[in-house]
Amino acid sequence: MIWKRIYALFVARNTEFFRDRSALAWSILLPILIIFVFAYAFTDKNPEKFKVAYLVSEDIVREKNNPPFEKFMATRYIQFIPVEMVDTNLRKIERHQIDLLIDPQTSRYWINQTSPNGYIVEKLLIAAYVNAVQTPIQTMVDGDQVRYLDWVIPGVIAMNMMWGALFGIGFVIVRYRKMGVLKRLRATPVKPIEFLTAQIMSRLWLLVIVNTLIFIGMDFFLDFRMHGSYVDLFLVFTLGCICLICCGLLIAARISNEEVANGMLNLISWPMMFLSGVWFSLEGAHPWMQKFASILPLTHVIEAAREIMIDGAGLAQVSDHLLVLIVTSILLLLIGAKIFRWE
Amino acid sequence: MSIILQVSNLVKRFGDLTAVNDVSFNIHAGSCVGLLGPNGAGKTTTIELMEGIKTPTAGSITYNGEPLGQNFRNEAGIMFQNTALQEFVTVREMLVQFSRFYPKTANIEQLVKDYSLEEFLHQDTRKLSGGQKQRLLLAIALINQPKILFLDEPTTGLDPQSRRNLWEQVRRIKENGATILLTTHYMEEAYELCDEIAIMDHGKIIAHDAPDVLLARHFNDVVVQLREQDILPVIGKETFGATYRNGSAHIVTSDVNATVEQLLQLKVPLAHLRIRARDLEDLFLDLTGKALRS
Repeated sequence: MIWKRIYALFVARNTEFFRDRSALAWSILLPILIIFVFAYAFTDKNPEKFKVAYLVSEDIVREKNNPPFEKFMATRYIQFIPVEMVDTNLRKIERHQIDLLIDPQTSRYWINQTSPNGYIVEKLLIAAYVNAVQTPIQTMVDGDQVRYLDWVIPGVIAMNMMWGALFGIGFVIVRYRKMGVLKRLRATPVKPIEFLTAQIMSRLWLLVIVNTLIFIGMDFFLDFRMHGSYVDLFLVFTLGCICLICCGLLIAARISNEEVANGMLNLISWPMMFLSGVWFSLEGAHPWMQKFASILPLTHVIEAAREIMIDGAGLAQVSDHLLVLIVTSILLLLIGAKIFRWE
Repeated sequence: MSIILQVSNLVKRFGDLTAVNDVSFNIHAGSCVGLLGPNGAGKTTTIELMEGIKTPTAGSITYNGEPLGQNFRNEAGIMFQNTALQEFVTVREMLVQFSRFYPKTANIEQLVKDYSLEEFLHQDTRKLSGGQKQRLLLAIALINQPKILFLDEPTTGLDPQSRRNLWEQVRRIKENGATILLTTHYMEEAYELCDEIAIMDHGKIIAHDAPDVLLARHFNDVVVQLREQDILPVIGKETFGATYRNGSAHIVTSDVNATVEQLLQLKVPLAHLRIRARDLEDLFLDLTGKALRS
C-alpha cells in the first residue's frame, strides 16, 4: 500500500514535469548549453602545440647571450612561459600541464618520461644545443597528465546536479504548499515520508538521466580523463543526487513562501558552488574554510568523482566520501520528514 | 443512531486568538450536520480540527470511539473550501492518483458518470470552470467511498444551477448512508440538506438542533414583509421596529391582524405585502447579530 501511494505521487509529479513545457525545455536546454560552452572553451584553437617554461634569471644579459637557448626559443609552435620557481612548475610537468621546464643558466631541464609532447620538445631542445659548449642536462619527472578540463569536468557535472536537486525539489514543494496541494494530500492516508520519498525518486531519475547525457555529451566533444569504473562513478553521482535532493527537501520542509525559499536555497548553493572545489582547488586556503568545505555534500561528491575519474580510485578508496553522503542523506531525510509541514 | 464522531471540549488557539473555544458535540452516523456561523466564527478551524488537518490546543475528537488515525484517514472524504490540484494533470489522472491512496475505492467510471465528468475527463484541471471543479473535488472526496464526508462551503461561488446540482448530489450521498458535515453561508442550503444545525459564533456553538426545532424554540411570531419604498423608515422603524434588508422592510409580530390593521390606518400600501414564517436567516441574525464581520 505504501509503495502504491508513493508510485501514485511519483507518476503525478513526473506527469506534471513533462507537461510543463517551460520547465522541461529549461532542463534539457541547460545541459546542452553546458556541453557547448565547455566544448567551445576547451577546444584548442591555439597553433602553439607545446608549452615550455623557462626559469627567469635576474641577469637578463646572460640569457640574451645564450645562443643555443635563443635558437631553441626561435622554434615555432612552442609557447615559452617565463617562470620563477622550479618546485611549483615540476608539479605542472608531472600533470603534463607544461611539456618541459628549463633553466637556461645551467642548461638543466625537466621532462615527464610519459609525456609525448615532452619527448618531442626534448628532441628540439637537443637539436638547438648541437655544437654548443654546454650540453643540456636531463632530469626525469613521473606523473600522468591532468588537464584543467579533466579536473573541472566532475565539478561541472556535480554543480549541474546541485542546481537541479536543490531548486528542482525545493521550489516544487514550496509551490505545492502555497497552492494548497499539500493540504489536500494531508487529508488522504499519505504520510510525509511517502510524499518525500516519491519526490526524491521523481527528481532522482530525472537528474541521473540528465547528468548521464551531459557526461556522454561532454565525452563526445571533449574526450576527458576517465580512469575509474563507470559503475563506481554512477554510484557516487547517484548518492550525491540523493544527498543534494535531501538538502532541498529540508529547506522546503516548512517554508510556504517562494521568496524565502529562493533566498535559503541560494544561501546554501552559492557557498557550495565556490567552496566545494567546482572551479578551483581550496589547497592553500584558510584552514577554517577547508573545514567548512568538508561539511558540504558537494565537496564529497566532487572529491569522490575526481578520485575515480582522474586517479582511477575504486569504491574502497572513496568510501569515506560515500559514507558521508549516505549518513548526511539519511539525517536530512529524517529531519525533513520530522519537521515537514503540509501547510 | 450510533455516534460516529465525538467532539469533546475542543479548543484551538492561534497566539492570543482563541478560534475554537470549548466546543463539544456529537455527530450521528448517517446524519447531515450543518455548521453555520458568520465569517471568523471558527467554522473552518472547527471542521479542519475534525478532519485532522489541524491539531487541537486542547480537547479530543474520536471517530467510532478511537482517536483520529489511519482508519479515519481511510474512511473520511474531504472537500476543502479552497483546494488546489496539481497542475498539468487531467481530471481522469487526478481521480486515478487519489484512488491509489486508499485501500478501498469507488468505481471511477461510476463516479465520472454520477458527477457528469465525462465531457472534460481528459482536460487539464486548470481549465475547469468553477462548477466543473467543484464536481471533480466532490468526486475526489468520494473516491474512497467515505463513511464520513466533510464539505466546507461546497457551493460558495457557484451559480444557482450548479448549486442546486450539488445539492442533489449531496442528497444522493446521504441516501447511500454516508454521514455529512457541511459548513455553509447559505441558510437555504443548510435548511434543505441538514438534519441538524449547529450555529457558531466567537469560537463557540450557540445553538444546535434540528432546523425546525431550533426555529420553533426561538420564534413564536411571523414576519410581515413590505417593499422598502411602501413604508418609510421613519414610520417603519419607529412604529413597528421594522428592519430593512434586500429592498424590503421586515416587521416581526406575533399578532398579524393588529399589525395589518395598524398599517391600513397609516395608509401604507399593502399590494406587495407578504406574511412568512421566521426562517433560518432570521434565527442566524438574531443569534449572531447584524454587525458586519471581517
